[in-house]
Order: sequence, then C-alpha cells, then structure tokens
Amino acid sequence: MKTVKPIVETEQEIIEEFGLFDSWDEKYEYIIDLGKKLPTLDEEYKQDENRVRGCQSTVWLVAFYHDGQVTFKADSDAVIVKGLISMLIRVLSGHSPDEIINAPLGFIDSIGMTSHLAQTRSNGLLAMVRQMKHYALAFKLKHQSAAT
Amino acid sequence: MIDAQTIQSRFDIDHIRSQFPILSREVKGKPLVYFDNAATSQKPRQVIDALVHYYSYQNANIHRGIHSLAEEATAAFEDTRDEVKRFINAAHREEIIFTRGATEGINLVAYTWGRQNISAGDEIIISAMEHHSNIVPWQLLCEEKGALLRVIPVTGKGELDMDAFRKMLTGKTKLVAVVHVSNALGTVNPAREIITLAHEAGALVLLDGAQSTVHLDIDVQELNVDFFVFSGHKIYGPTGAGVLYGKKHLLEEMPVFLGGGEMIKEVSFEGTTYNELPYKYEAGTPNIADTVALKAALEFIRHTGKENIRRHENELLAYATEKLEQIPGVRIIGTAKEKISVISFVIDKVHPQDVGILLDNRGVAVRTGHHCAQPLMDIFCIPGTIRASFAMYNTKEEIDEMITGVQRAIKLLS
Ligand SMILES: Cc1ncc(COP(=O)(O)O)c(C=O)c1O
Repeated sequence: MKTVKPIVETEQEIIEEFGLFDSWDEKYEYIIDLGKKLPTLDEEYKQDENRVRGCQSTVWLVAFYHDGQVTFKADSDAVIVKGLISMLIRVLSGHSPDEIINAPLGFIDSIGMTSHLAQTRSNGLLAMVRQMKHYALAFKLKHQSAAT
Repeated sequence: MIDAQTIQSRFDIDHIRSQFPILSREVKGKPLVYFDNAATSQKPRQVIDALVHYYSYQNANIHRGIHSLAEEATAAFEDTRDEVKRFINAAHREEIIFTRGATEGINLVAYTWGRQNISAGDEIIISAMEHHSNIVPWQLLCEEKGALLRVIPVTGKGELDMDAFRKMLTGKTKLVAVVHVSNALGTVNPAREIITLAHEAGALVLLDGAQSTVHLDIDVQELNVDFFVFSGHKIYGPTGAGVLYGKKHLLEEMPVFLGGGEMIKEVSFEGTTYNELPYKYEAGTPNIADTVALKAALEFIRHTGKENIRRHENELLAYATEKLEQIPGVRIIGTAKEKISVISFVIDKVHPQDVGILLDNRGVAVRTGHHCAQPLMDIFCIPGTIRASFAMYNTKEEIDEMITGVQRAIKLLS
C-alpha cells in the first residue's frame, strides 16, 4: 500500500505555501495556476450524476475505491473553483474513508478562502467538501457491510 | 426657461454620492465599486433616516388604534400611497396595493385574477426574457387550469420578436405578462405597443416594472396598463416594500388573496364581508416601517430628477459599452436599440464566475450567473454572463476600475 502524508500535514503545507504570498492577487494567481494544471476529467465521467450541486459553475466529481483508499478526480468549467478542488484532492485523495470523513480541513479557513469567497461561492466549496465526505461514507458502508 | 446646461449642473455627482453612506466603505481594502444595482440599489441617507425616525418616534400598528401614535403611523403609511400614486401617475390611490415586492405582486394577480379568469384552453403570453418570478406563477396557474403558456421569442440582439408576438395573439389570449426592462440584458421593451396589441386582442397586460421604475418615467394611465408591479428595494428604497398597481375596476372584481385582519369589513362564522380597496389586498399588519421609508426614496428620486439620472446613466452605459467593446474576446450580450443601465457580457474561454471573483478582489461588485433568467441564457447558449448595472451614483472612474479588472482577469485566466 502506497503511503500518503497525513491529512493535517498536507493542510499545514498548504497553509505555509499561502503564507508566502503578500497579496490576494498572488493567492488567486496561484489558485488559478493549480486550476489550469489539474488534469481534465475524461468525458465519460462528465455526467449529470457526477455533478456537484450548489456551485454557480459546473463541477464534476468522481471517487474511486481501491485497497482501502479513496481517490478523487474532478473538473470544472471555472478555473478558480478547479484550483480549489485541486487543493482538496491534494489533501484528501489516497486516504481511507475514515480519515476523509474526519478530516478537519481547517486550511480552507486558514488560507482565507471562506471569508474571501462570497457566501454563494463558498457554499460551492462546502458542497464539494460535503460531496467528497459523502463518497467516503458510502465506500465505508459498502465495504463494511461486504466484510460482515 | 431652464436650459440643458442648468439641468446638467444640478446633477452634482459628488453631492449625490455623499448621500449614500455605504459608498464610503471599502471592500478587500479597495473602495467599493457597486455595479449590482439591478439586484438591489443602495440606500440614501434620507431612506435610512426615515426608517430610524419611524421606529424612534412613530411606531404603532396602523388603521386600528385611535391613539395619536397609531394615527401618525397610519398617516405616514398612507402618505407613501399618495407618493406612489403620483410617482406612477395612477388615477386613484386605491389602485396602489402594498406588497413585499414585484414577486408578490405577480403572484397576487396570478392567484386572484388568474384563478377567476383563466380556464382550460386559455392562453397566457410571457416572453423569453422574463425573470423567474414572471414565469413560475403563470406556469403554476396554467398547470392548475389546463391553460397554455406561450413565450414570445427573443432575437439575437435581445429584443422581443414583435412579429411573432402579433401572430401569437388570438381570441384565446387572456393575459400578456412581460418585463418592461430586462434585468439580464437591459432591453427596454415597447410597452405601449405591446399593451395596444394585447388590448385589441381582448387580453389584459401585466407589466413587470422591477427594473424600469427606477429609470423610466412611469405613467400607468398613459400606458393604459392593467397591472404594474415593482419593488422598492430596486429604487433606492428598503427591502420588503413593493407595489402592485391595478386598474380599479379589475381590483374590485378580483377575489380576495390572503385572509386575515385589515382586509375584512365584518367577520362572523356565517360569513365575512371584505374591506374596500386597497385594504382588501393588505391582510395582516403590513411592512409599515419599510413602506413609510419608501416615500423618502421616491421623493429623493423626484428631487434629483429622473431625466437627470437617466442622462447620467445613459452616459455610463455608452462609456462602458465602448470600453468593453475594445477588449479582445469580450462579447456583449444584449445589443438592443433601446437599452438602459445594464451591460451583460461574456469573455471567450473564460468563465463568468472567475471574472466575478477577481473583480470582487478589487472591490468591484458585479453579478455573474444566469440572473434568474435561465431560459434566456439557453437562447444565447451561455451558462451565464457578467453583468454590470448602473445607478445614479456610479461614475466613469468606477467603470475604468472595472475595465482594468476585466483586462487583468483575462490575462490571469487565459
Ligand atoms: C425583471 C425582474 N422581475 C422581478 C424581479 C423580482 O423582484 P423581487 O425579488 O424584488 O420580488 C426582479 C428582481 O431581480 C427582476 O429583475
């Protein structure tokens, strides 16, 4: 099994990276860059059932379960949202359902993304987080019941 | 004689801005540039003061008590009705019904006049540029009654297809409910012509004045419109105070809407008789304070002069259009000949939401998305637009700030 960094450690890493920026412009530039770099999702996944509701832009999210680990792939037609998703994937992907369900994700607040994205948009961010945790829970239930 | 020069000089932008306290605040460390006026406008000191004054000195329930406070509060509330009557030039004060806003006014007509007058096979005409609040109430009514909802198409420029409209009008048409000025495109629709054509076909007309009332001179008698609705919060007034105008004979014949106090004459368990207009449609304790303060907003507009405001806003629109057209990749959505105060645009390969976030980061508040007009966005095959909408207190310098922001956003995003 591949080892991944604990969730809180990755969160801390991101907080430190953002600490290097002097201005909001730079933060957004960085997020936009992340968004551009996130690989696009295969067309086959861009279906209604994979759409995350509650975002002004279109966001697709898919989750895979393998060997006790959940991995995420996602895409959006808006690049800032995509950058934010990219960070969430970096933090959560490759962890067990329980770790994902219990992830604090305080980094979103620490890097100022809750206060600096207006209510409607941060709802989009929350909707994404909720959806990721939802997937983790679904995998957990499925594989627990399979084991018993 | 007052010449154009004198009128012009009366419109002192610094003086106007100084009357809107919110304009001196900062957003993200930058001076606020508020370009979301079509969603709601900011409030001048006069309106804020009127609210404070009402609660500090006059608060009482109206139309009930015989004590002095109740009388003063009632008088203040009814004063607003007179001011509204004058503002839209209604023939009678009883034709002014207070609502929460445009949405409630439309629903009131759908539930009362609609329930009484629409039957299976009848047709209601709306347009493809309606706000959701002038779509859904009619959809609900049509579903309930088995009536048909017909939609006037919109051209590529964002104008109503009037030829199509003429062909749609038949003996089956009972109501035409259209927007006066489009919130998503800024198009000013030919209300007078629509009303004449509809009346010739024997149909009534409801005009959604949510966006027009603040910019255009509204004369409901001259328009000969049957129902007209608007929201106080979009015309520099408080939220939760709006108006339904209806021709007196129509309002008299319509069944009641909400039942309760105020709207009754006598109540007994054998039967209840209803109050006369306008109280028949104002059940329960209304939004007294906001309605009282709405008067201050209307007076403020009257004193500033709609003509002056319009000239200023037209200049802003022309300036913003010219500047945006110069930016490669920008496409303006809605290029109607008659347009006012709203500019909607999209940018090649850039999502409106991203631009909205980056503009907000510079203190510039625009609206992004479908503007509650999803069917219209579908026509233009876009998920939404970036919309800047102007008010009397906006300036060309603010537009420059937005343009710089848009240019920078394009650079970052593409
Ligand atoms: C054209 C139009 N109609 C109706 C409405 C609804 O107004 P309110 O939400 O104040 O009831 C709006 C508000 O955005 C509008 O722009």
